[in-house]
Amino acid sequence: MSQAKEFHFKPLNVGRWFIWGLFALMLFVAPRIWTSGLAQTMLTQMGIGIIACLAYNILLGQGGMLSFGHAIYSGMGAFLAIHALNMAGAGTLGLPVSLIPLVGGLAGLVFAALLGYVSTKKAGTPFAMITLGIGELVFALALMLPEFSGGEGGVSSNRVIGQAVLGITFGPQIQVYYLVAIYCFICTAAMFALTRTPLGRMLNAVRDNPERVEFVGYDTHWVRFMAFTISGFFAGIAGGLGAINTEIVNGEVMHASRSGAYLLFTFLGGATFFFGPIIGAVLMVICGVLLSELTKAWLLYLGLIFLFMVMYAPGGFASLILMNLRVAAFGKLSKLWTSYLALAGTALAALVGAATMIEMVYHRQLNEALGPELRFMGATLNSAGVDAWFGASFLVVVGVALFELVRRQYVHEWGEVQEDIEKEIKRREAL
Amino acid sequence: MDQLFINLLNGLSSGLLLFMLSSGLTLIFSMMGVLNFAHASFYMVGAYVAYSLVGVVGFWPALLLAPLLVGLLGAGFERVALRRVHKFGHVPELLITFGLSYVILELVQLIWGRTAVPFTPPEALQGSAFTLITAPGQGMSFVLGKAAPELCTAALCSTFPMTRAFMMLVALLMLLGLWLLLTRTRVGLVIQAALTHPEMVEALGHNVPRVLMLVFGSGCALAALAGVIGGITFVTEPNMAIIVGSIIFVVVVVGGIGSLAGAFVGSLVIGLLQTLPLTVDASLASALTAMGMTVTPDTPGYPVLRLALKDVAQILPYLLMVLILIFRPKGLLGTRED
Repeated sequence: MSQAKEFHFKPLNVGRWFIWGLFALMLFVAPRIWTSGLAQTMLTQMGIGIIACLAYNILLGQGGMLSFGHAIYSGMGAFLAIHALNMAGAGTLGLPVSLIPLVGGLAGLVFAALLGYVSTKKAGTPFAMITLGIGELVFALALMLPEFSGGEGGVSSNRVIGQAVLGITFGPQIQVYYLVAIYCFICTAAMFALTRTPLGRMLNAVRDNPERVEFVGYDTHWVRFMAFTISGFFAGIAGGLGAINTEIVNGEVMHASRSGAYLLFTFLGGATFFFGPIIGAVLMVICGVLLSELTKAWLLYLGLIFLFMVMYAPGGFASLILMNLRVAAFGKLSKLWTSYLALAGTALAALVGAATMIEMVYHRQLNEALGPELRFMGATLNSAGVDAWFGASFLVVVGVALFELVRRQYVHEWGEVQEDIEKEIKRREAL
Repeated sequence: MDQLFINLLNGLSSGLLLFMLSSGLTLIFSMMGVLNFAHASFYMVGAYVAYSLVGVVGFWPALLLAPLLVGLLGAGFERVALRRVHKFGHVPELLITFGLSYVILELVQLIWGRTAVPFTPPEALQGSAFTLITAPGQGMSFVLGKAAPELCTAALCSTFPMTRAFMMLVALLMLLGLWLLLTRTRVGLVIQAALTHPEMVEALGHNVPRVLMLVFGSGCALAALAGVIGGITFVTEPNMAIIVGSIIFVVVVVGGIGSLAGAFVGSLVIGLLQTLPLTVDASLASALTAMGMTVTPDTPGYPVLRLALKDVAQILPYLLMVLILIFRPKGLLGTRED
């Protein structure tokens, strides 16, 4: 008996194709828009950071696992990749440079499988403590084996090996960028695909209601373990790409501060959205390269932003963007933009005042020998005088007071707009 | 023999310092379910605040005032920030204390600079608490304070510093005080009840959020007290939070998460494990040689075999943690399975 062929209505998902096409296009044209050497280095780092932060978000956003030691998997990937690169250069390993990141990925996978079994035994807070401890263990152990980690100096290598294939030697930065870009696109697509698989859905379920998942018949430990190893694989690829990019790997790639940076920026970007960590990774590179040049106190600013983000916008920058997109989609943004302008103005005033004071304190701490004067935002300030301090604190007080006034007004307007949108949605449903 | 005894005491005092930190951490965790990632940062702030106060009021008042001030800071943080994210769940609570640890570290560097400050113990705590004298052929004798130099020329002298003895004394007093507070007073009764039945306690008319704020503040104050003592014993520098930070989490996992007794046992075990191997020069290679095998640089795994026990002492606590997790996941004295 022949079975009637079922009809499935599957329209082409135009929006999705458009967004992925745009992503690929951006990866392709970015180095042609920003052509300076610094920009290309930063873009390469951003591509690597995107893979690392997305890999981290498999744990944090999709699995609800707060890991404080994820840098060891990207770090192990980096170390194994640089050793593989050295071996390939010496001719003992027949592997082209473009496949070296996969060695890093496999290293990340193997180490995540080894250590992840212990780490994922528990979820929640104990998981955080255990990953922190294991991170310290692996970091200290690697430094004790100079044959592996190269001790203080690290392991260096040369990425230009063998014959050029199609003229690609990986000597110029732009060629490394395109290698990173291709890996970045494939890994992003793969990680997005993961969220659509039964495993990805189960992982979300384990995050939200582990008890119920157990009752349905799944092993939560096993689901967490699978997610952990997959995350380790992608982190390892990021590490391997980093090794090719910098051609030197030292213990710093496994340090707890690297794990902390992954956590910080993934959260700032927005852990609850798939694309949030991409924003986070871009921020990570901009902060690490540009902001750290601008001010010595950048970690303080970053920490404060993080604190406010956790308190007021736990969805990160991604949620702020999406919420305003929704308002814009309903054509209500015109009601809010004056408030945004006022908020930005008052916040800027308070920020400038606070930043002036912080910079003056730092100046007194670090550059006392250079005299009390410092240049800040084009003005010369006397950090020993009363007037600069008075002006800065006045700016802070006035800025904060006005901000609070505007904020109250804004919260009121925001609530009204949201109510209007709810009504509009109800009205459309009724049609 | 005498050196072993001194090492044992050093390990015990380190362990007791760890207990002063981990007890506050455990108390906060078991009450509020919050793992205070910034706990070690409060330890550091305690040392720095005391350092600043010593110049104004002297050491002994500073020993009391610094923990109180830091406790107030902690309670303020709980009131302003932590309580706000409580409704979002445990991960944001952890994240906010993680962010706080960044901010505190930067603020400390902003105020007190990036290098170590000269925080020295007061007159009464300088020097050694006692001296062990091992004269050849006469066995061991024991002198309080510093032994006369003429005794030490003929025999082997080992001293135990006064600050470490003070550390042990304060930790034991604190342990006693904490135990009395929790089991013998009305406040302790309310705290214990709020731990298991917060709704019932609230229904009886106690302000549970205020109790939680009090607990968080006292936990931070305990950390600061440890900080003052740690500051005079070791170095007061911006790195001091990172040094103990991850170790106290290991202590809590090894002892059993949320168990005060477990934290005590865990602290002593970790303290001894960090200190005792420091004097042992043996490695796996020497052990294998003693068993009659030949180990040369060509033996497979020689880089690992070569490592002496004194070099790997710093990672032993983490190894112990992994072993505990594999064989006894709830910790030495823990009761929670999750």
